[in-house]
Amino acid sequence: MYTQAMDIPDESGKKLAVVPGASSEQEAAFEARIDADGRIEPQDWMPEAYRKTLVRQISQHAHSEIVGMLPEGNWISRAPSLKRKAILIAKVQDEGGHGLYLYSAAETLGTSRDEMLAGLHSGKAKYSSIFNYPTLNWADVGVIGWLVDGAAIMNQIPLCRCSYGPYSRAMIRVCKEESFHQRQGYEALLVMMKGTDEQKAMVQDAVNRYWWKCLAMFGPPDADSAHSAQGMRWGIKRISNDDLRQKFIDATVPQAKVLGVTLPDPDLKWNEERQHYDYGQIDWQEFWNTVEGNGPCNKERLATRVKAHNDGEWVRQAALAHARKQQERATKEAA
Amino acid sequence: MKAPVDYLLHLADNAVVLGQRDAEWCGHGPILEEDLALANVSLDLIGQARLLYQLAAARIGGDATEDKLAYFRDDTAFRNYTLLELPNHGPLVGYAASDRDYATTIMRNFLYSALMVLVWDALEKSADSELAAIAAKSLKEARYHLHHAADWVVKFGDGTEESHARAQAALEHLLPYTEEFWTPSAAEDAAVAAGAAVDVRTLRAAWDALVADTLAEATLKRPEVRGYVTEGKHGRHSEHLSYLLAEMQGLARAHPNGIW
Repeated sequence: MYTQAMDIPDESGKKLAVVPGASSEQEAAFEARIDADGRIEPQDWMPEAYRKTLVRQISQHAHSEIVGMLPEGNWISRAPSLKRKAILIAKVQDEGGHGLYLYSAAETLGTSRDEMLAGLHSGKAKYSSIFNYPTLNWADVGVIGWLVDGAAIMNQIPLCRCSYGPYSRAMIRVCKEESFHQRQGYEALLVMMKGTDEQKAMVQDAVNRYWWKCLAMFGPPDADSAHSAQGMRWGIKRISNDDLRQKFIDATVPQAKVLGVTLPDPDLKWNEERQHYDYGQIDWQEFWNTVEGNGPCNKERLATRVKAHNDGEWVRQAALAHARKQQERATKEAA
Repeated sequence: MKAPVDYLLHLADNAVVLGQRDAEWCGHGPILEEDLALANVSLDLIGQARLLYQLAAARIGGDATEDKLAYFRDDTAFRNYTLLELPNHGPLVGYAASDRDYATTIMRNFLYSALMVLVWDALEKSADSELAAIAAKSLKEARYHLHHAADWVVKFGDGTEESHARAQAALEHLLPYTEEFWTPSAAEDAAVAAGAAVDVRTLRAAWDALVADTLAEATLKRPEVRGYVTEGKHGRHSEHLSYLLAEMQGLARAHPNGIW
């Protein structure tokens, strides 16, 4: 799952305005490739700011996938049927797999996974804020598939055409899996809405809690977005936050109707003139509070990632030591 | 000849209980690749459990379903090996909490999958053709599980002082529970008599050899085992199973008329 991350500046992001000198020939070749909608590959020359922006964006995306395993993982042990348990494990596993491709894509830019993880664990690197909200009932699993993955897909489809080759190729696969997750999530909710009154109430409760958070996932309004203009120029970002948000709302309203849930926005109505749905005010104060680390689950999510990493240190050390010893034994045998 | 339902439930309960334990690592693995690997093992086990419960439900008839068997039977009705219900950490009482220990998880998967490659291989030739089909699929999975776990047992044993000590401790903790594999149960005896199953006691020598090979490569010392033999497969469990089931079954039982 990927969300508003590209618009959230972090420490490295603050330095982006600096474009160090390069030979004009290299720069011209880079610009020409971008203008022709071609792909930049790892061995190609690229401006340092482009490289940094991509490392930041791809690693934030990878971190989001890994942290995103936690809120849904919260329901694996309690999934109410074996079929749903298997679907959920496979889904969370897919998110881990996305993290793996994305860390690999970012590594092609010369930053190691360890460095990226150190950024996450120190709190310096951001991840999608949507994962800082709790999953409080089983329907949250379906709603995350339907709305959170749905919003993520809106953001990710344009990234399949991103100018950086390894990222765009990773996104093609990620998008296929995410759209499968979205349909699975929606299907799970359709089944629950045919069930008991308590089940229907669970679905509505989950929608009430996640709707506005999903709208915020597209990032701040275009006027306030820190990196959009440069990102657009570089072909890293293709469609503006507000346009993506509108597209998501327009696609989701009819789905909510079929499902039989109410989207919690009294101002949500069709505007004949605009040919779009109008919608109410997003609480940006709450969004920024969460981005800045003061949401309901930020501390738990991050501490859990750090703990898993620290607890796993001896396992990684053992694997390294074994590999080293094997190599030594092979060398000795050869000699 | 068909395998009796109690035997199918023994196999299914084994798979679902260990699947539940392995899934506890999802999101908490020591390295991302292992997170994915353990989720795979868990998915295989839950897939096996589903097929076995479905077969059992078809044979029970009436309104039996895979989920009724997994979610609406009490702990005393479960017929899994005690080994599989233990938490992913060293020996502690049921209501103690502790950090997950990867050596414990890996060692358990190793000891169990070393058994199951032999069991599924034999069941592939079962006179019960439906069970034989499940065995053929499960055998491929169990081979992967054994490969994965044995690989890590060797890494731990040969790796660092700490990993060696953790693997040795896990082996000492878990090995006594494997004695339960070799004790007879009425369900197994009935399945053997029907030509639908293998007498698990005849697999002991092959299991010992599989385990010995890996432990030797890992430079781990097989402890001597004596004393109490657990009886999970007879429905007499450790303190841990009722906690595992309370968590697993809670939501389904709170909404018995729910559809999922």
